[in-house]
Amino acid sequence: MSPVSLPLFDALLLFSIVGLAWASLATTDERRSVILFIAFGLVLAVAWGRLLAPDVALAEAAIGAGLSGALLLGAVHRQPRPLSPGSTNDSRNQGATGMGVVLRWVVTLLCTALAGTLAWALLHAFSSVPHDMLPRAISGNLAASGVSNPVTAVLLNFRAYDTLLELAVLLTAVLGIFALGQANPGYQPAGPVFDSLVRWLVPVLILTSGYLLWVGAHAPGGAFQAGAILAAAGVVLRLAGRTRIGLPEGFMLRIVMAAGVGLFLLVGLTLLLLGRPFLGYPPAWAGSLILLIETAAMLSIAATLLLAFLGGRPESPAHAARTESANTTASNSGNEEQTPC
Amino acid sequence: MLTAQWMYGLAGCVIMALGLRGALLHASLLQRIVAINVMGAGVFMLLVAVAYRGPVLPPDPLPHALVLTGIVVAVSATALALALARRLHAEQEDD
Repeated sequence: MSPVSLPLFDALLLFSIVGLAWASLATTDERRSVILFIAFGLVLAVAWGRLLAPDVALAEAAIGAGLSGALLLGAVHRQPRPLSPGSTNDSRNQGATGMGVVLRWVVTLLCTALAGTLAWALLHAFSSVPHDMLPRAISGNLAASGVSNPVTAVLLNFRAYDTLLELAVLLTAVLGIFALGQANPGYQPAGPVFDSLVRWLVPVLILTSGYLLWVGAHAPGGAFQAGAILAAAGVVLRLAGRTRIGLPEGFMLRIVMAAGVGLFLLVGLTLLLLGRPFLGYPPAWAGSLILLIETAAMLSIAATLLLAFLGGRPESPAHAARTESANTTASNSGNEEQTPC
Repeated sequence: MLTAQWMYGLAGCVIMALGLRGALLHASLLQRIVAINVMGAGVFMLLVAVAYRGPVLPPDPLPHALVLTGIVVAVSATALALALARRLHAEQEDD
């Protein structure tokens, strides 16, 4: 974090970011689009580093590029034909008809106008006198927050209500995914090279997630980045064709999924009963309470993201074995194994 | 006014508009989901540019926390959208 100004580096970085975004959206090849999007996310993480936002950079690399990329690539892999609404020969896609061309131009013009308006408003805001009331309020109260990383203080203390609702959004999304169907079929067992890589990678990922959780109190890191890395360990195990990927089963799985929201609410309500405001931690306890909530949140986030990668309700091993034997007798082709890409 | 701030801010506007255009015009559901993610990245870039206060002053942590929340909400929305698209595709196959 050296205080230097590198306008040429910034210009090159932004050129590649905008170029990757454009390239990812200009193609009609889904696989190419997803791969360019992953590259876009990784270069974006460098930009967050340039803007002195290391917490965001970590989250972008692990979640924005990593797990979103894994989700999207998995979807491309399972979907040999493009996912299009209605008919496959969509005129908007080919721009063959006159109406299609006009529509494209109108939408492009409107989006350009929107970008122009936004840019105008932004430059107007930047050129006015900057007000630093909020940053000063945050740094002034940091000592009472229980942590010394200001981003963690905002997420888990000053605006803890936002984070509680965010965990509720995650839980809602995974319940929606559960409602839509069964998990995707597993992958074939990995070859010896990938398998030995997995043996090294998974413990390192688990250790890294524990480190990020702990370090989040005073340096970049925290429950979200830690949860995403922990989920990545499960994704790697899944890709290597393992059936046990660290997810608990049945009732325990439901406990882990709800642990983040549940413990957060429990802490908030207990404080309310003790005569403090909802989620208004006493300063002496704030550090321990934040670590407790973050640990539960990390487990919930990891389970949620891993379930999102599975794409549906996981089958219990006994049930999976039953369907497998039923499939071999009925020769059902819908449940065949996939190869990792 | 800081050079880096407006450079990143303007790039955020461009990326957001590119994503919106892609989300409106692409025929493939999967590419629309990618486009919405690109649009979100543009909004995040705007927020992080607003938080930036030069190389000497520490940046405003509040927009950073908002962007972190946004990234997690975006990935859960993407996962739900992909599950919906998969189900839609399965229903089409049945017809």
